[in-house]
Amino acid sequence: MLDNVKHVILVLSGKGGVGKSTVSAQLALTLKEKGFKVGLLDIDLCGPSIPYLLNLEKQDVHQAEGGWIPVYADKEQKLSVMSIGFLLNNRNASVVWRGPKKTAMVKQFLTDVCWGDLDYLIIDTPPGTSDEHITIMENLKTVKCDGAVIVTTPQQVAIEDVRKEITFCKKTGIPIIGLIENMSGFVCATCTECTNIFSKGGGESVAKLVAVPFLGTLPIDPRIGKLLGKCCVTELPDSIWAKMFSTIVTEIMAKEA
Amino acid sequence: MASSVGTPNNAPEHCPGTQSESAGKASACAGCPNQQICASGEVKGPDPGIELVRERLKDVDNKILVLSGKGGVGKSTVTALLSRAIAMRNCDLNVAVLDVDICGPSQPRVLGVMDEQVHQSGSGWSPVFVDDNLSVMSIGFLLSSVDDAIIWRGPKKNGMIRQFLSEVDWGKLDYLLIDTPPGTSDEHLSLSTYLSQADLTGALIITTPQEIALLDVRKEIDFCRKVNINILGVVENMSVFVCPCCKSLSEIFPATTGGAKQMCMDLDVPFLGSLPLDPLIARCCDEGRDFVNELPDSPATKSIIDVVNNLVQSCKKKQ
Repeated sequence: MLDNVKHVILVLSGKGGVGKSTVSAQLALTLKEKGFKVGLLDIDLCGPSIPYLLNLEKQDVHQAEGGWIPVYADKEQKLSVMSIGFLLNNRNASVVWRGPKKTAMVKQFLTDVCWGDLDYLIIDTPPGTSDEHITIMENLKTVKCDGAVIVTTPQQVAIEDVRKEITFCKKTGIPIIGLIENMSGFVCATCTECTNIFSKGGGESVAKLVAVPFLGTLPIDPRIGKLLGKCCVTELPDSIWAKMFSTIVTEIMAKEA
Repeated sequence: MASSVGTPNNAPEHCPGTQSESAGKASACAGCPNQQICASGEVKGPDPGIELVRERLKDVDNKILVLSGKGGVGKSTVTALLSRAIAMRNCDLNVAVLDVDICGPSQPRVLGVMDEQVHQSGSGWSPVFVDDNLSVMSIGFLLSSVDDAIIWRGPKKNGMIRQFLSEVDWGKLDYLLIDTPPGTSDEHLSLSTYLSQADLTGALIITTPQEIALLDVRKEIDFCRKVNINILGVVENMSVFVCPCCKSLSEIFPATTGGAKQMCMDLDVPFLGSLPLDPLIARCCDEGRDFVNELPDSPATKSIIDVVNNLVQSCKKKQ
């Protein structure tokens, strides 16, 4: 399983809607810009967001002898993507599955996709600490997993769920690369006043409390939601997002050395 | 791997499932201690939990599921705001909130009862009272620390949900709002099964305006139609942001595809209103304070009251 993948990075959060998929997509795109071969696996089966975020919604997965051929996000085939979204024939169709079926699908994604040689495989997850997470964790025991990037938003109600996710990582022995605080402040376009809509600093203080590295804060920037497949580092080089992702990727690369 | 329908945790490998035609008769059943029961067909009847839930909830007039395919859109916040607003509207109405988000319970914090405990009595679990006429039940009350993670696969979550539905001593209720986790999986299927005979009023669907959320919310509506859950309506949360400094409006989560209103028209479901993105709501929720009561003049409070009125109408129509 994943024999030709050098590094596996999980993107986790106990809370939904904090930006796991956006962070996963930008992380994959930034690593690709740095010249790596990257795979992005979306195991959110009930709410896959990656096809939309990478502007790949109409794409199909093809079946070959060796397994599924992932969808390539670029001509050079440096970023390959797999999501259940590619397997649904209608974007409004729901996937109403109980745990065992989800487990089987996640396993299939891990074993039956022809990723080829990859430098990095980013795995985007649904919120929670249940079937999908247990399955990924059990299967990654045999594969070297670099660790998890945990995404949160600053307010306590999100932090509480994220602390549960950190407990999950600690209990199951998944190393934590670090914690990112997303949606930290919004700068009004009219008066440039920064409002902390969901408060501020929650991520950093919880990182300290549970002793995991804090990677930084990302503000709410409506331009990010419109990137759809483009990388923030190349498209919005002056944004805080671009700086943050350059730093995070440098840190991840340094880990390897 | 276990089959998906009615396979007990301790089933032998290749168990056909207790509800299956070949239950007790397959080769895998040889030697299973439950073979005789399965073969007798006794277990083929409906889950006994369904009857227990019906019995327990028969004095609850309106049972409302709060759903959203997407996480973090404000299901728990809106559930808390609406239930508080309904309870405040008339102190003779009894309102309760059941939090079935097992992996990420938020109600204890949002309703400001974090350190409370649940007590067990002869008639079942007593819920925690936020106010004289507002009670709540959540797995959060059963955990000893906020760091405790519930690392459970589906069947254990289902067992917990069944217990919540059949063993909480709510008393007589006018409204029961059931707050759910995101998705269309175990929790949602269990709720729809257990509430199938309990006269469920319908589902209230929460979304935010941007396409990435609507994408998942459309799936949730598809789910409701698949399992025959009536849709009471859709609420759009975090619609616009009013800068507290200059009062100008910003669309933080831009409705590039027309937002919830357009989706409701496309899918022919009622639109119940939108709620603004107000930093004070987020703060009140974090601190467990009652936003509606503390800031009665805020435009957000007005929107909440509008949504409550529309929701009450929608419930009446169902009856």
